[in-house]
Parts: sequence; C-alpha cells; structure tokens
Amino acid sequence: MTPKLPEAPDPAVEYWQNLSEGRLTFGRCRQCDHAWLPVSRECPSCLAADWRFEASTGDAVALSWVVYNHAYNDLWADRLPYVVALIELAEGPRLMSNLVGDFDPTQLRIDHPVRLVIESEGDTAVPRFVPIEQVPEDGDTT
Amino acid sequence: MGERIVIAGIGHTAFGSLPGRSTVSMTVEATANALADAGVERDVVDALFVKPPTSFSETLYGAKIAEALGLKGLGISGAWDQGGAANISLVNFASYALAAGQCKVAVIGFADNPKTGSRATYARARNAEDNLFGWYSTMAYFALFARRHMLQHGTTPEQLGHVAVTIRGNGARNPAAQLQRPLTLDDYLDGRMVVDPLRRDDCALISDGGAALVLMTEKTAAEVGVERPVPILGFGQGLTSPSRPDLTRTGLAVAAASAFAMAGLRPSDIDVAQFYDCFTPTVITAIEDCGFTAKGTGGRFVEEGRIALTGDLPVNTSGGLLSETGMPGMQLIVEAVRQLRGTANLQISGARKALVTGQGGAMQTHSAMILGQ
Ligand SMILES: [Zn+2]
Repeated sequence: MTPKLPEAPDPAVEYWQNLSEGRLTFGRCRQCDHAWLPVSRECPSCLAADWRFEASTGDAVALSWVVYNHAYNDLWADRLPYVVALIELAEGPRLMSNLVGDFDPTQLRIDHPVRLVIESEGDTAVPRFVPIEQVPEDGDTT
Repeated sequence: MGERIVIAGIGHTAFGSLPGRSTVSMTVEATANALADAGVERDVVDALFVKPPTSFSETLYGAKIAEALGLKGLGISGAWDQGGAANISLVNFASYALAAGQCKVAVIGFADNPKTGSRATYARARNAEDNLFGWYSTMAYFALFARRHMLQHGTTPEQLGHVAVTIRGNGARNPAAQLQRPLTLDDYLDGRMVVDPLRRDDCALISDGGAALVLMTEKTAAEVGVERPVPILGFGQGLTSPSRPDLTRTGLAVAAASAFAMAGLRPSDIDVAQFYDCFTPTVITAIEDCGFTAKGTGGRFVEEGRIALTGDLPVNTSGGLLSETGMPGMQLIVEAVRQLRGTANLQISGARKALVTGQGGAMQTHSAMILGQ
C-alpha cells in the first residue's frame, strides 16, 4: 500500500489567515492564470490544483449593493441600516462584502470605485470596502 | 421526443395556513385530486417524481412519498433537488421516461408547510462567513440583482410595482388565492422597504400547500379516456453562474431557447405566460430572457400594460407566487393547464399556447416549458 501524503490544508483557512496579516488574497492559477474567489482546491477554470495565493491591490468596484432596513439576525440589529455589496476586485475575482464609512448610498453610481479596508469582527479580520468619492465629469466638486 | 406527452391531470390542496398538515399528507391529497382529475386509478401509477420541500431536507424523501401513496412496484421514484426550477425539470425527465416506454403513468408531486411550520430556511445565513457581512435572506439576492438591473438598464421602482400590482390584481379575483387583496401603485411605493431596493410587496407569499400532476403519452390518454389532456410541446433547463459577465442575464435564456426550439415556436406565439414570480424583478428579467423584449426593456414592457389581462402577454393569471400561493412553482403549471383547457378563473380568450418558467435558489437554476393545443 502506498502511504498517503498528508492532506493539504483547507485553502479557506489560509485565506482568513492572510486577512489577519493584512492581505486580501485570491487564487491565481499557475496553469491558466485564472484568478478567483472563494478559494478552492482546484482552479474552476482549468481544474488544475496548481495555484498560489496572490494579494489584491485593494482596488475594486461595487457591481451592486443592497441596504438592509431589517435585521434577519440579532448580530446586525444595532447596525441598521447597513450595506452589503457585490465587489469585483481589479484583478477580477468577486466577493460579497460591506460598504462602510461615511457615504450616502443614494449617491453611489454603477460600478462605483471602492477601496479595501480590513476591519476586525471579534477575532476575525474581515475585508470591507469604502466608496471613493466621485468627482463629477464636468469637473465640479460637490 | 417521439411520442407526444400530455398533462392528463392536475390537483392541489387548499393554499394558505394548513396547520398540522405534513408535507407527506398534502402530497397525498394533491395526488389523489390529480388522479381523480385525470380519471385514472392510483394503481396504474408506475413512476413518481417528487420535488423536495424547501423548508427541510430528508434523504430518500421520494421513497417516503411513494409509501404514503400506497404505490407498489414503482419503476421510477425519487426527488430532484433544483429549488423552484425542479417542477418543470421533473416534467422533462418524466416525459422522456414515458416516451421511452419506461413507465406508463407518472405522478409529479410537491408540498411544503413553511407558513405553519419552520421558515428558518428563508432567512438563514448560507454559510458562517455570511454572518460577518450580515448577508442574509433570499430576498437580498434578488434585491442585489434588481439594483444592478436598475443601474444598468434604468429599471424603476414603479416598474417593479407594476409587476406586483398586475399579479396581485389577478390574485384578488381568484377565490382560491391565499392573498385576495389588490394593490395600487401608491400602496406599493408606500410599502416598507425591507432590503432596499425591494419592498414588502415585491415578495412571494409564505404558504402551506401541495400540488400534483399526472403525465402519460397522448396515446395512453386516449386509451384510458382522459377528458382534457394538455400536450407538452417543449422544455428546457438552464444554470446561472455567479461569475457571469452581465449580472442581468440569467440561465433562463438557455432554458427558454431550448423550450422554444423543441416546440418549434417563437415568443410571439405565446398567448399566456406563468412566470416564476418569487420576487418582482424576476418577471421583468424573465420577459427579457425568454425573448419577449430586448434585454433592459422589460421594465418598460410591464409599465406599458403588456402583462395585464388585456395586454399581449397576460401573466400569472391566477396570482402566481405573489398572490395565489408562495408554493415554488407547481401552481404555475396547474394554471397553464387550466388556461389551455379553457377552464381558468380569469380565462384568456382563445389561449392555445402557454409558457411556464421555474427558478431555484438565488436565480441559479432555471426551467421553462411550453404547453399547447
Ligand atoms: Zn487554471
């Protein structure tokens, strides 16, 4: 019988460990260059298990977002209203996250530029995003 | 497919609050009603296809239903996990089994009791990480999708409201509907915003109830004297990837294209549609993805009154998930059959071809079916 190699660690564990060290990382395939989240043992593009973690620059856009006016869980009752957004990193991977900071959700535009901030939620480092203030195209600042 | 397959019988329980009724019991009642409607005995059933409930999951659920129905010596039995897309998909699989001669009379059944039982499944965090972001509820997925449709195509809250007002108006005239209260556009806009941009009245009902279909070949239906068989002309299934480039396009486009190709029909041939209206934005995107109007113009389509009973594409004529019952989809097939038999409560005059769609989860799974005389 061939001795088994030790199981590789769950890639999600390393993903969260990287966040605790201040890096939002995603999978980057060594075979086909695909970039993806959530991390998985196999590249969803070419199915190879040959990839590495790559750190995001933190530049991203909000593809869409919702504003919760109702708390489905007590954990979030005292944070209403809060914003959950679908984020697309400049490198391509998408993730669900929050938009945080001082901003007016009604002023957000399609593919609104956002920037990564890593916040603490208890013992967990959590990737969230701050909308970047827009300068209107006519050059006026408001 | 070879032999033409028909829906020979339809049946359902009451819709609304049915305290104390198990999903098994409701499936049995609905199936007995569907068999009586088809005019065939229980003992001729040799295949059972079950859509599992949403509110709980149970291994070998199909075998449990078969036992409760007293079905001995079934050739085929089982459950298909695809959310609200599953009903039509089960018609798809049953049709091929019937056409191949693998079975002669197939029953498709569903029941659930989230209204008086547990509805925790509808508000759950899908995984532990979701708690970190407050990312809860099925509604929020559809709100996210609706926002993108609004940003990209200019769809408005009023256009979503027109979907709710139209379908609630149909339900208000259905004496069997769980919610028979009509809605005005002002009521809609004044409704509580739950997960912005979706309001209270954008949401399907939470309902107890069951429904069932009896399928057989057209030839068998003639032999056993089924009075009002409705032929199945085409069907399809589709899957939406969360990483698709355009978030406003769904797998329903694939499902509908398959159904239209199989039926040899085009969208303009459809007289009445029953769209899966778990949340109002799905109706707008379904109209687009099924090819009734270009992508991005579904909002205008509904605003122009084209989905009204008097429009060129009347939809959800018994009230759909928004008003008749929140049941995930079987009621839509049942209503399409009634329309084609000419026995619907709000009958569309001369309806010959009906489209039904199904959808599961957060728009991942899709199905479409065309029925017609
Ligand atoms: Zn790859």
